[in-house]
Amino acid sequence: MSWTKKVLRINLTKGTCTPEPLNMEWVEQFLGQRGLATKYLTEEVPPTTDPLSPENTMYMITGPLTGTMASTAGRYSVVTKSPLTNAVACSNSGGFFGNEMKCAGWDMIILEGKSPTPVYISINDDNAEILPADEIWGKSVWEADEWLHTKHQDPQLRCAVIGVSGEKGVLYSAIINDLHRAAGRSGVGTVMGSKNVKAIALRGSKGVTVNDPKAFFEATNAAKKILAENAVTGEGLPALGTQVLMNVINEMGAQPTHNYKEVSFAGASKISGEAMLEPRESDGKPNLTRNAGCFACTISCGRISTIDPQHFSVQNKDDLHHSYHANSGGLEYEAAWALGSDTGIDDLDALTYAQFVCNEQGLDPITLGSTIAAAMEMFEMGVITTEDTGGIELNFGNAEAMIKCTELVGKGEGFGLELGQGSARFCAKHGHPELSMTVRGQEFPAYDPRSIQGMGLGYATSNRGACHLRGYTVASEVLGIPVKTDPLETEGKAGLQIAFQNATAAFDSAGICIFTSFAWSLEDVAPQLNAACEGEWTPERLGEIGERVWNLERLYNEAAGVGACADKLPPRMTSLPANTGPAEGKVSGLATMLPEYYAERGWSPEGDVTTETKARLGL
Amino acid sequence: MQMSLVIDANKCTGCLQCEMACSYEGEGVFNPTKSRIKIFPFHEEGIFVPYTCTQCDEAWCMHACPVEAIQLNKATGAKEIINDLCVGCKVCTIACPFGTVNYNADSGKVIKCDLCGGDPECAKACPTDAITYQDANWTGYDKMKDYAAKAMPAK
Repeated sequence: MSWTKKVLRINLTKGTCTPEPLNMEWVEQFLGQRGLATKYLTEEVPPTTDPLSPENTMYMITGPLTGTMASTAGRYSVVTKSPLTNAVACSNSGGFFGNEMKCAGWDMIILEGKSPTPVYISINDDNAEILPADEIWGKSVWEADEWLHTKHQDPQLRCAVIGVSGEKGVLYSAIINDLHRAAGRSGVGTVMGSKNVKAIALRGSKGVTVNDPKAFFEATNAAKKILAENAVTGEGLPALGTQVLMNVINEMGAQPTHNYKEVSFAGASKISGEAMLEPRESDGKPNLTRNAGCFACTISCGRISTIDPQHFSVQNKDDLHHSYHANSGGLEYEAAWALGSDTGIDDLDALTYAQFVCNEQGLDPITLGSTIAAAMEMFEMGVITTEDTGGIELNFGNAEAMIKCTELVGKGEGFGLELGQGSARFCAKHGHPELSMTVRGQEFPAYDPRSIQGMGLGYATSNRGACHLRGYTVASEVLGIPVKTDPLETEGKAGLQIAFQNATAAFDSAGICIFTSFAWSLEDVAPQLNAACEGEWTPERLGEIGERVWNLERLYNEAAGVGACADKLPPRMTSLPANTGPAEGKVSGLATMLPEYYAERGWSPEGDVTTETKARLGL
Repeated sequence: MQMSLVIDANKCTGCLQCEMACSYEGEGVFNPTKSRIKIFPFHEEGIFVPYTCTQCDEAWCMHACPVEAIQLNKATGAKEIINDLCVGCKVCTIACPFGTVNYNADSGKVIKCDLCGGDPECAKACPTDAITYQDANWTGYDKMKDYAAKAMPAK
C-alpha cells in the first residue's frame, strides 16, 4: 500500500495513454519520487539525448508518503534531462498536484515523444485523455488554469501548467501548479513546452491508504509534534516564511549582492520577511495577507501577498490583469534575494510583482534574477548597451528595468528571449563567461560560498547545477542544525555536505518537503515510511538509498559530459575575496574541500564514481 | 456539557489536514473528496474557509428523512446517519440549506459530520487551531474576549 503501483505512460507522438505497473524492484532500491524517477530516466533516456528533442522524457512522480496525512506529504518531482544544464533535472513542488495524482491512482505520469500540435492532458482517476490546447497556447499559467477549470466545470481540478516562457524556449521555465507553486529549476517547464504540452489537469477520487494505520498515526503525530516544537519549523518559517533568512544571512555577510561582487546588501531589511509585515502608507495593509500551507503541511511557510495598489508596477494594469491587484503567492527568500539583493533592488513591491510574473509565466526566479544581475554588471561595464537591451537602462538598482526584463522573459519577447538563455550562455555570448555565477550552467542561490564554505562545495558538486536544495549545510553552518559548524572553515565540510546530500535525496524520495529536515532526521522519517509501506525502511537503509540516488545522478551526468569536469566555481568565488563582514578577505576553499569530498564519496581522485562504489551500492 | 466545532477562518492555512483526518475516520482512506469538512480557498481574497455541518437543533435533514436514518446523538448533539437505515434517496441533501450533507456514490448512502462520536478528528489534526472543539454555549467566547480587549479603557 501507499504506492498505487501504477504508472501512466503518455506517448505524445503516438497519442496514447497506457497504464503500466510500477517497477517494484526499483522501488526497493530507490524508494520513490526523486530516486525512482531518476532510475527510470537513466534506463530510458540515453545521457547524450538532446534535452529539447522528442527523445527526452519527462517524469512527474510522487513518493510513498505523498497523499497521506504525514506532514508536508504533498510533494511531487519532475525529473528529466535539463536543457539548461544538460545534466539530470529534478524539480520538486508542493501545492496540491502531487497528492491529487496519487488520489487518482497514479504514482507517476510519464510524458514521452512530442505532440504534433499543442495539447493538454486530462486525467480523471483511470481516464486519461490527450486534448487540444490551441485555445490556451500563448496564454499565461493563470489564464490557462482558469480556462481549464471553466472547461471542466470542476472547481477542485488541480492543474500543472507552463507559461508562455516555456512555449518560447526560455531555458529556465518552470511548471506551475495550483497557480503559485513551482517545479522551478533547471527548465523542466521548457521540456514540457518542447513536447507541445501546455498543462496536466488532474482529478482523483480514489484516495490513499497506508499499511498499518495505527502505527502510521502514532508516527506521524509524533513527527508533527517535533515540527511544531522546533524553532525553525515551529516558529521562524510560520512567522516569516523562507524570508526569515533575509536579515540573518545578510547580517552574517553571506548575502550575495551585485552579481556576487559583494557579500552584504544595504537594502536587505527593506525586502525582508519583517518588512512584509509592516503596514504600508497607501492602504494600511501589510504585504503579507496570510500564511498558506501546501497539502498536509503543518509548517505553512507559503506566503499570500498583495502588491501596494499605488506601486508603479500595477498602477496601469487594467481589468485583464486583475490578478496583480489581488492576493497571490508572495515573496520567497530566493526570489527576494535573486531579483532584489543580487540586482541591488530594495523595492519590496517591485519584487513581489516580479514574483507574481514568475508564477504567471512560469519562470525560475533564481536563474532569472541572477541572469539580470549578470547583465546589469555587463551593462555597467559597457560590454552591453541599450542597443543590446532594446533601450532598457540596465543599471544595478533599477527596479523598472528589472520588471521590464522579467515581463519580457516571461513572454519570451525581444531582449527577454536572450536573457531567457540563462547567464552562462548570455555572458559567454558577450565575451565574459566569468561573470556568470553558475555551476553546470545553473545559477547560484542566495548563500555566498566565500562566507559559508560548505555551500560552495555543495554548489560545485550539485548534480542539477548550483542549488541550495541538494545539501543545505546552511542548517549546520548558520542555524546549528543538527550541530553548529564554523561557516568560515573548510575542514569537515566534505563529510558534512555528503551527509546532507544523501539525507536530502532520501527525504525527497519519500515524498515529503525538505524543510522538515530542520527538525527531522531519517530516524523520524523511517517510522512514518514503515507504517505507510510494505517492507522494512530503517534510517540506515534510507541513508544508503540517498547515497545510491546521488551516485546514480552523478553517473548519468558523467555520461552526459557534465560530471567531474563541471565541479567548478566561477573564478570570482576563488579570486575575489569577500569585501566585508566575518568572511572579509576570504575566498572559497573549494580546492581544499573537493579532493576530500571525492575520497569520502569513494570516488577516484579525478572525481569519477569507482567500480567498487558502484558495486557497493548495487549500481 | 455539549460541545461544538468552532471555526476561525483567519487561522486556516488551507493545508487539508482536517479533510484527511475526516476522510480517514469516516472511510478509512486519505481522500479529500470523502471528507465531511471542506476547505474553500478564495484565491484573490487570500483566505481559506473551513466549512462543515453545524448540527442544527431543528435539523432540516433529520426532519426530511423519510426513513428516520438521521438521528440525534443525545450525548454529542450530532445528527448522525444510521447507515443501515439510509436508502440513499438524497432528500436530506436537498433539505440542508448549507450543503453539508452529501451523497457518497461508492456506498450509496449520504455522509455528514457526526462529530466523530464526540472527539472530532478534524480539530485534533488542525495545526493552527482554526478548528477547535469547544463548549457549545460559549462558541463566541474567544471572539468576545478579543473585542473586549479592544474595548478595554486606556489606563
